Amino acid sequence: MGFRSKLLWSVVGWLVVFVFFFPVLWMWMESLKTEPQAASSPPTIFFLPTLEEFQTVLSGDFPPFFINSAVASIASTFLVLVLGLPAAYALAIRPVRKTQDTLFFFISTRFLPFAASLVPLYLLARDLQLLDNIFALTLIYTTINLPLGVWLLRSFLLEIPNDLFEAARVDGAGFRTEILRIVVPLIAPGLAATSLICLIFSWNEFFYAVNFTSSVAATAPIFLVGFISGRGLFYAKLAAAATLSSLPVLLAGWIAQKQLIRGLTMGAVK
Amino acid sequence: MKIAGRSILPTVAGRGGERVITAASISRREGWARRLPLLPALVYVFVMTQIPFLLTIYYSFFSWNLLKPGSFRFSGLDNYSTLLTDETVRTAVLNTVVLTVCVIGISVILGMGVAMILNSEVFGKGLMRTLMIAPFLIMPTAGALVWKHMLLNPLYGLLPYFLTPLGLGRVDWVSRFPMATVVTVEVWRWTPFMMLIILAGLQSQNPEVLEAAKVDGANALQAFRRITLPLARPFIELGALLGSLFVVQTYDSIYMLTYGGPGSDTTNIPFLLYLVAFQGYSIGKASAIGVVAVILTIIVATFALRTLFSIFQVEARR
Repeated sequence: MGFRSKLLWSVVGWLVVFVFFFPVLWMWMESLKTEPQAASSPPTIFFLPTLEEFQTVLSGDFPPFFINSAVASIASTFLVLVLGLPAAYALAIRPVRKTQDTLFFFISTRFLPFAASLVPLYLLARDLQLLDNIFALTLIYTTINLPLGVWLLRSFLLEIPNDLFEAARVDGAGFRTEILRIVVPLIAPGLAATSLICLIFSWNEFFYAVNFTSSVAATAPIFLVGFISGRGLFYAKLAAAATLSSLPVLLAGWIAQKQLIRGLTMGAVK
Repeated sequence: MKIAGRSILPTVAGRGGERVITAASISRREGWARRLPLLPALVYVFVMTQIPFLLTIYYSFFSWNLLKPGSFRFSGLDNYSTLLTDETVRTAVLNTVVLTVCVIGISVILGMGVAMILNSEVFGKGLMRTLMIAPFLIMPTAGALVWKHMLLNPLYGLLPYFLTPLGLGRVDWVSRFPMATVVTVEVWRWTPFMMLIILAGLQSQNPEVLEAAKVDGANALQAFRRITLPLARPFIELGALLGSLFVVQTYDSIYMLTYGGPGSDTTNIPFLLYLVAFQGYSIGKASAIGVVAVILTIIVATFALRTLFSIFQVEARR
């Protein structure tokens, strides 16, 4: 490719990227302004950045929402790994009969619309006094992510050469040894990719969060609901809250870009 | 290789799980040793998805308003016949189709374009890719509010300000073009997803083939149609199908941007379900919507899962 066409496509590319990234950039800029600057017309482009609104948000009622998000995401991710790794093992290393059907069953539950189980789960949670309870939300997020986790972990397990297991079995290694000594160290990247994808989905989840929680167990996206139709000056505060809420997933996704595609396609694309 | 395409219906409908458990085994002890690690996850998913779904089917035959104690009574197919005649249901189905088709169509095309640029020799490829995936990672509720308030608000938003010289200033985009707004925000979010998948596909192809075609005198359009597109096709299909399974469930951005309105202009099936179940407390009707949603999803999912499975079998077979 000649230099001129390289330059041309670079300019086109950067323009497109700018358009897509702009809302995020603008959110960051707004979060560093004062309220009058954030809602000014004409828009304020040059300003002295201030962390005032971050302080307001962090010293206000936002932290409990953030903590709830962290608890539900981390706990459900942990459960997915604990339940999913042995299952993936059974579907990859020492395949059970009907492996294909089982894989199919798992993944079909991931794409079952939440409409399918919403009402009974809601009634059950209500009767067990588990509405507005972070534990119930954790169990739901585990359900959402477990099929993905099983598929993804299996795709990583399939990459371990069979010889390793043969050798270990000849040496008389049992199931536990096999998992702890061979599987876990070798699929550390797989565990990371799975955790990342589970964290993204549960951190950003909104439907169950908004309908199953009210105050005690409400997560970060629920905090943002308060900004839907607010009047008056709130843009800078909204931008600060939105930036903070998005930060964990944005950072995790950026750091683990390689694993992202594989996770999103459940291991189909590497 | 047996592709269990036919088994999707029974599994979604809640019968598939047991078959694995009751499968006849090679030798009993060996069989159980193999199955044991699978059981906790299988039982968990079964209990959390299949049993509730059976209950959803059960409730769909009852008339039951949560706010009226004692209103629980058998009503046969009443809920379903209401769905068929209910205008809002038809609108919701139509809106779901329009939203999904528009979002997937546009984001596949844009994603393909961006992926092709990122697959060629350009300056700052890595950084471009990094910035490009940000819309997908941003919390959807946060992204929707940024669009609604900071970009599109007629008084303080950026877009109306910059469009004023064109005579389009102070247009309230969200309420004048609600569906277009939702589609725009969702396209913004899903284009990076498509781009990532298609880019992975493009990168897996041998650049020498393209060079050879150019040497043989193929122009850019021919090379695209004959070489790039066929190679990227499975990835485009995968992205479109996976994406549509997610976009069909769009709820966050509708809740934040339009709340299904004005009227029911942007009410899709998930949002209608929310209105019926949590605003109307009509358990029976909500359950019937759930059953219909599952049937519609099975139709889409059958194709999606088949594609996923065939790609899987090419990629990783032992």
